Formats: sequence, structure tokens, C-alpha cells
Amino acid sequence: MRGWMGKFRSLILFGALTLFLSGCGVENMTALKPEGYGANLLFDLMMISIAIMLFVFIIVMAIYTFVLIRYRQKKGQEDYIPKQTEGNKALEMIWTVIPIILLLVLAVPTVQATFDLADTGAKNDEDAITIEVTGNQYWWHFNYKGQEITTSQDLYIPTGERVYLDLKSSDVIHSFWVPSIAGKMDTNPGENVNSMYLEAFEEGVYWGQCAELCGPSHSLMDFKVIAVSPEEFDQWVKDMQNVDPEAEPKTASAKEGQELFNNNCMSCHAIGSGGAGIAPNLTNFGNRTMIAGILEPTKENLVNWIVNPDEIKPGNQMPANLVSEEEASKIADYLLQLKHSEVTPDSAGDNNQK
Amino acid sequence: MSTAVAQNRGLGAAIWDYLTTVDHKKIAHLYLVSGGLFFLIGGLEAMIIRIQLMEPSNNFISAGLYNEMITMHGTTMIFLAAMPIIFALMNAVVPLQIGARDVAFPFLNSLGFWLFLFGGLILNISWFTGAPDAGWTNYAPLSTTSPGHGVDYYVMGLQISGAGTLIGGINFLVTIVNMRAPGMTYMRMPLFTWTVFVTSTLILFAFPALTVGLFLMMFDRMFGSAFFDVALGGNAMIWEHLFWIFGHPEVYILILPAFGAFSEIFSTFSKKRLFGYSAMVFATVLIGFLAFMVWAHHMFTVGMGPIANSIFAVATMAIAVPTGIKIFNWLFTMWGGNIRMTTAMLWSIAFIPTFTIGGMTGVMLAAAAADYQYHDTYFVVAHFHYVIVGGLVFGIFAALHYWWPKMFGQVLSEGLGKLTFWLFFIGFHLTFFIQHFLGLIGMPRRYWTYQEGQGLELGNMISTVGAFLMAIGTLVFLYNIVQTAVKGEKVSGDPWDGRTLEWAIPSPPPHYNFKQTPLVRGLDALWVEKMEGKNGMTPAEPLGDIHMPNNSILPFLMSLGLFIAGFGFIYQVDNKMWLILVFIGMGITLGSMLTRSVKDDLGHHIHKEDLEKGAGE
Repeated sequence: MRGWMGKFRSLILFGALTLFLSGCGVENMTALKPEGYGANLLFDLMMISIAIMLFVFIIVMAIYTFVLIRYRQKKGQEDYIPKQTEGNKALEMIWTVIPIILLLVLAVPTVQATFDLADTGAKNDEDAITIEVTGNQYWWHFNYKGQEITTSQDLYIPTGERVYLDLKSSDVIHSFWVPSIAGKMDTNPGENVNSMYLEAFEEGVYWGQCAELCGPSHSLMDFKVIAVSPEEFDQWVKDMQNVDPEAEPKTASAKEGQELFNNNCMSCHAIGSGGAGIAPNLTNFGNRTMIAGILEPTKENLVNWIVNPDEIKPGNQMPANLVSEEEASKIADYLLQLKHSEVTPDSAGDNNQK
Repeated sequence: MSTAVAQNRGLGAAIWDYLTTVDHKKIAHLYLVSGGLFFLIGGLEAMIIRIQLMEPSNNFISAGLYNEMITMHGTTMIFLAAMPIIFALMNAVVPLQIGARDVAFPFLNSLGFWLFLFGGLILNISWFTGAPDAGWTNYAPLSTTSPGHGVDYYVMGLQISGAGTLIGGINFLVTIVNMRAPGMTYMRMPLFTWTVFVTSTLILFAFPALTVGLFLMMFDRMFGSAFFDVALGGNAMIWEHLFWIFGHPEVYILILPAFGAFSEIFSTFSKKRLFGYSAMVFATVLIGFLAFMVWAHHMFTVGMGPIANSIFAVATMAIAVPTGIKIFNWLFTMWGGNIRMTTAMLWSIAFIPTFTIGGMTGVMLAAAAADYQYHDTYFVVAHFHYVIVGGLVFGIFAALHYWWPKMFGQVLSEGLGKLTFWLFFIGFHLTFFIQHFLGLIGMPRRYWTYQEGQGLELGNMISTVGAFLMAIGTLVFLYNIVQTAVKGEKVSGDPWDGRTLEWAIPSPPPHYNFKQTPLVRGLDALWVEKMEGKNGMTPAEPLGDIHMPNNSILPFLMSLGLFIAGFGFIYQVDNKMWLILVFIGMGITLGSMLTRSVKDDLGHHIHKEDLEKGAGE
């Protein structure tokens, strides 16, 4: 019996752990606290399936427990030979038919949700916002279609509205995942463009990740979705459309930085809506939540990153030691003052944790 | 030829004996030892992964090395640990269970093993030159553009090893169809044999898909073709489909024999025949069939569209029905029985709730849209470890404790066995249960590190602690093997009061297995005889000369040739001089094949008189 109690105790322990953990996790990164339409739909689907599965599990465990307690060999029973039952047609029918019914109950909402989330037909409407998302090793490129806005890493969207995404990759397969707003979708190389939509209920900064192994820095390919009110979003769009890439910075060091940047970095990077898209577009860089998706936006981190990118994100395309540390410091001054919009991650309100 | 079996038991002779053996029982030992070694290597890789993830922003190993670790861990565990140990059990048990003296193609059996082993060696030699780093699924274009030769090792290693598995599968298919003892109809076959039969069929159909995929990958990487290169008109999705058309049945190839072993163990240690035998057989075949229909559920987020996703979702859910039938039939096998809590039974009993959880999360994953959240997260990692460890590894431990006396003539220590069990069982649940939640709160799979403040610290810590417990449990098991071997206590042929044919002969069996082929008169053939008060099987033939195959070094040489040629293929990209190795290696292989073709080898006889004297064992 002792083995049995042990197992039960561990089961209870796991149950408690479950309850404890479901309250855990960071609010804007968990699939368990949906903040958007897709995540919400998927959360409901998860709950239906968990309910059905727990029902089955409890039945199995009930029979299991009974059998093991009741029919365990007792002292003096060593030679007892039980009746050799062949089977039982009625019982076997029951545990064939009931699971089929349970699965049908699950299959219907599954198919509904699958079609619902694939319904991106409205993306060609005139007032729909469609964003082309390109996964790159190891950063995200966002091109707001028909708006002449190009950004990377921070994706601004309005709340309460469906924002359509066309997803593709410039190199290997990545997967675009914002757990608390929507599910994920792969970005494929070539002409396999995938579509999905995001709809955030509340303002906030939501953490996104790459979910498909894409190289050494796969785990560092983070991005943020910044959901702001529709008015703020309109403001942001206006600001971003009026970016002047040539604008002169105020401080002397930043001015030198601008020149260094133009001479050394512009062959890959861009500011404004142009650029080849072979490296992150740095428009509005000063308002970024993070540098390279993972570092706190401080000058020290930025200088480090410019001089030695491979130490921070192994395997990325940016060459090391392109500029000296002194030059990098000036470039950092320039980049950090690139605040092209009044609308910043802070505008996204209380939900902002970073 | 005479009855000559190596009498000289010197070390050299013993090694030569194993290098040349075509005896399925010795090949079982070979599979077990090499699979066990690879299992330890894979386990070590797992421990390194868990140490790296113990705390946020850890730098225990570099990002590149980490990707090599996860790739090799997955590849090693599936191809080099699980498959060969399954093959060890198949070799050790199936011919005995069906009352055969040997497998259908003893030479091919040996060839299959050596190909597997040399393929595995190629894969692991890559550790010295840069291991594959594109994940065990090796998705293009990450794999086709991966620098260095890591992925080339993956391609060559798996190609050679996979050929061995395919050969082994065909051999068992033919063995089971053709070599059953008189009276053993299909519906009297023990369930383990049934599951091996279905598994062999799956191997026959699934492995060619892998072979094709690996060839395309090989041409892309080594000979400049562009099957997966979108820039030149290829399509990277082809690899995903080919891989999963193989990869999904693969998990059933692994799990079905474990189901078979559990069926035997539940039945034996409950002293009851299997409940719903015919339903179990039907469920096994149905699972095997459905295994081929659902591969695209690994690709719900690839963008196949809602129609394909829905079809594959529903087809996948359907697998839960036959699996459920099995679970309930096992429960009702114990119902009304006389349950003995041996170590083998303990593992089997622990399998039921564990695998049920794995099955439940499987159905959850099958809900296509919900998979947009689960896919490529730790939820999936948790799910497949519940299924593969909770099903297959538990199954291997159960089966090893159960059949160890048949294989080696000694019973493993029950006390140490139970200690192993509890350490491993608790460690396992600590490691993987929490990973369901890590996935749901946003931890993607194959992450080298995670940031502080993402709420992932505690879960990862618990997981790592659990992994250490599992490792300790495994070490206790190794100690158990050594201790048992040193003690060397011999057991009878039937230590568990068994029901099937393998328990009717001595442990370990003589190399001709059955002196006289037994006559099978019902399901659980030995049990039928026991119930009629007899000690052993009724023979189906008079005592006579037994024909046995001769040993041969050729399978070893053929595989060695391919092993050498493999390096030539890998490195000819750098320098054409390496093609010399290709010619030498292929020369050895083709020369061995030619020798095999032109040289008559008719085997030998064990004479009646010797059998009567009890010699030749």
C-alpha cells in the first residue's frame, strides 16, 4: 500500500503545483491570460479540451485505483488462479463509443476556431491595416502596406481592430508568436506567404518570440507588439510618415554620430520608410523597448552591441568592430535621440511592464 | 559442418563470435549494449541541456553548442537508443514467442545491426568535428545552409543507420508471417509479437520516406542540387512533409512494441489472459494505419490552410479511440486478477497514468487551432516526453526486467529495480509535468536561454532537479546490471510463471531455441499446457537434426565499407581527394556482397545424437 500512497501524494502535489503555476508567468507573455481575440478563442478551446480530458482521466484513475487496491495479491493467495475472462463485448463497445462522442464534442469547436482564425479575407479592404512581417536571423521586419512605414522589432497596432499580417521569411523558417494576443504562425522562405490577424483588447506591450529553431540566436529573437488606442495609433502613423531621415540632431556628438552612421551603417540599415530591409530599419529607434530585442535600452548596452554584436547574438549578420568604441558611442548618441513619435511604449498604459 | 560452436571462451574468441554472429539472441545482446551506450550519451546531452536552462541568461554552454546538444539528444534518443533497444527486445523475444528456431534471414539480421551501429558511430564522431545543429527534425533551409559538416554527418549517419532498421523490419515481417510454430494462427500470437508485426510493417512504409528525404538533403548539401532552395525554385516544405511522413509513424514504431510488452506483463503478473485480446489486436492495427494519416499535425502552423488543418486535426483525434481501448483493456486485465507487484509490473502500472496524461495532451495538441499556442513550445516538449519516456522508456525498463532472465539467465535485483523505478518515476514527473506550464506561459522549445523576469525561472529549476533524479535512477539500474552479473545466480526457464512460449525453454535458451518445435493449442500456449497439468509444450515433430546458419563476418565488413565511404562523401565537398575513401569503402562493401553472392553457404546441422546428449548449448 505504501507505494500507492506515495503516488497519490505526488499526484496531489502536482495538482497543487498546477494551481500555483496557473497564476504564474508574466502577464503579457502567457497564453493563459488572453488579451486578444485569437488568444481568447484559443484559451476557450484549451479549456474545453482540458475539461473533456480531465473527465476521461478521472474515470481511468478511478478504475485504476480500485483495481490496484482490490486485486493486489494478498498473503496466502500465491497459488490462486483467477477466472480467465476473454473480454466483454458490451464494455468494449462503451469505451469505444463514448470517446468517439467526446472527440466529436471537441472536434466541432476546433474546426470552427481553425476556420475563424484563417479568415483573413478582409485584409484587402481599403481601411484594413495590413502589415508585412518578415522574419530574419534574428530580427523582425515590419512593413505597413500602403502606409509607407517601415519599422522593426516593435510592432505598433491599434486596440479593438483587426490588424492583418502577411508573414514571410528572408532566410530560414521562423515562427511569429505573441502568446497573449494570438497564436503563432510560421514565416516561410520563398512564396509561401502566410496570413493571420491580431486583435488586442487592451493597450499594452506584449512580448513576442520566435518559435521555430532558426540558428544559434533563436532564443534571442524577441520582439514586442505595442497596442495603443486607435487615436494614438493614428498619431503614430502620422509621425512615422513624416520622418525626415536627414534631420539634424541637436548635440554635437550626435551630429558626428549621424555622419558616422551614414558612412558606415546605411548600406544595410535605414531610417525612414526606404531601405533594402537587409538589416533592421532604425526609425524611431530611441523609442524602442529593447535593443536587439533583449537588452535594456541604455547607451552602454547599445555601444556594446554595435562593437561586438556576435557576443550578444551569436551568428547574427552584423560585422564586429566595424567602428571603434569611440565612434560607436557617437552613433549611439545619434540613434538614441531618434524619437520620431510622441506615441511610445509608455503610451500603452498600465500593462506595460518593460 | 559439425556441431562446432566456439568452445574456446577466450576474450578474442568471444569478440570474434559477436562480430560474426547471426544468432538472433546474440544480436539482441549487441543491440542492447550499443543502444544502452547511446542512451547514456543521449542522457548526458539531456543533462547538459537541463544544466544550461537551470537559471536565466546562463552561459554554461554557448548557443551554437546548445543547438548541437538538442539536435544530437533528439536524434540519439530516437534513432540510436530507442530503436535499437526495441530491436534488442524483438530479437530476444519474437522468435521464441512464435516457437521458431531463428529469424527468417539471420544474415540480414546481423547486417541490420552493423549498419545501425556504424551509422550511429558516424553521427557521434561528428562531436569531434562539429555536430549537426538544425534540430533532430533538421528543417530546411536551416539545415541546408548550416555551415560546417554537422548536417552532413546527420544525413550520412541516419541514412546508413536507417537502412539497417529497414532491413531489420523486413526481416521480422517475414519471420512472423512464415515461421510461426504449427497451430499458432494469427489470432493466437502473443500481443508482443503482434505489435512487432505491425511495427515492422510501419518500418517498411515509413523508412523509405526518410531515405528519400535524406537523399534529397544529401544532394542539396553535397552535390549542388536545389530541392529545398527557394532561390533556385525549390521548396523547403518538401523536407517537412517527407520528414513527418516518416517521423509520425516513427513514434508508433517505437511505442507499439512497448504496448506489446505491457500487454504481456499485465497478463502474466495478473495471472489472467489479456482482456479483449481481439480488440487489442484490432486497436494495434488501427493505430498503425492511422499513424500514416496524420503526419501533418506537426505542421499546423506552417500555413496549410484551415481545410487541411481541420482534416488532420480530426484524423489525429481519432487515434485516441484505439489507444483508449487499449488502456481500458489493460485495466480490465488486472480487474479480477491476482496482481503481483514485481518491478516489471511496477513500471507497467506507472505507465498507465503517465501515458494517459501524454495521450490527453496529445488530443489537446490535435485541436488544430489550439496548437497555434502549443506548437514549438515546452508544452510539446512535455507532451512527447510523457509519451516517449512515459510510454516507451517505461516500457523498455518493464520489458528488460521481465525478459532479463530469458536473455541472460539471471533475475535483476528486485530491490534495486524498485529503487530505480521510484527515482526515475518521481524525477520524470518533476522534470516534465512542469514543462506543460512553461510552454503555456510562453517558453518556446529549443531555447538556449531565457531572460530574467519572464517568469520562467522556477519551472526550469524544478525541471532540472527532476532530470538529476532520473539520471541517478539510471545509474542505479546500471549498478543493478553489474551486481546481478557478478552474483551470477542462475534461474529456471520460467521464473515468472509465464504464459507464452518463450518460458517453455531454458534460460538463456540454447542456440537452436526449441529442441522440438512446439505444438500451439491456443492463446497463451504455455498456460494452456500448464492448466492441463503438463510441465512443458507438446512437441509438434519428432526429435531430428536441426539446421542452423553459419556465422559470417560479411555483414560487419559491408557496414564497415559504408562507414568508410560515408566520410568520403562528407568531405569530398572540401577536396576531391576524399573520393578515394568513397572508392575504398564502396569497394569493401560491394566486394563483400559479391563474395556473399558467389560463395555457397549452406549452414550446418546439429545432429540428433548431440541433441539427445544435451550438447550444443
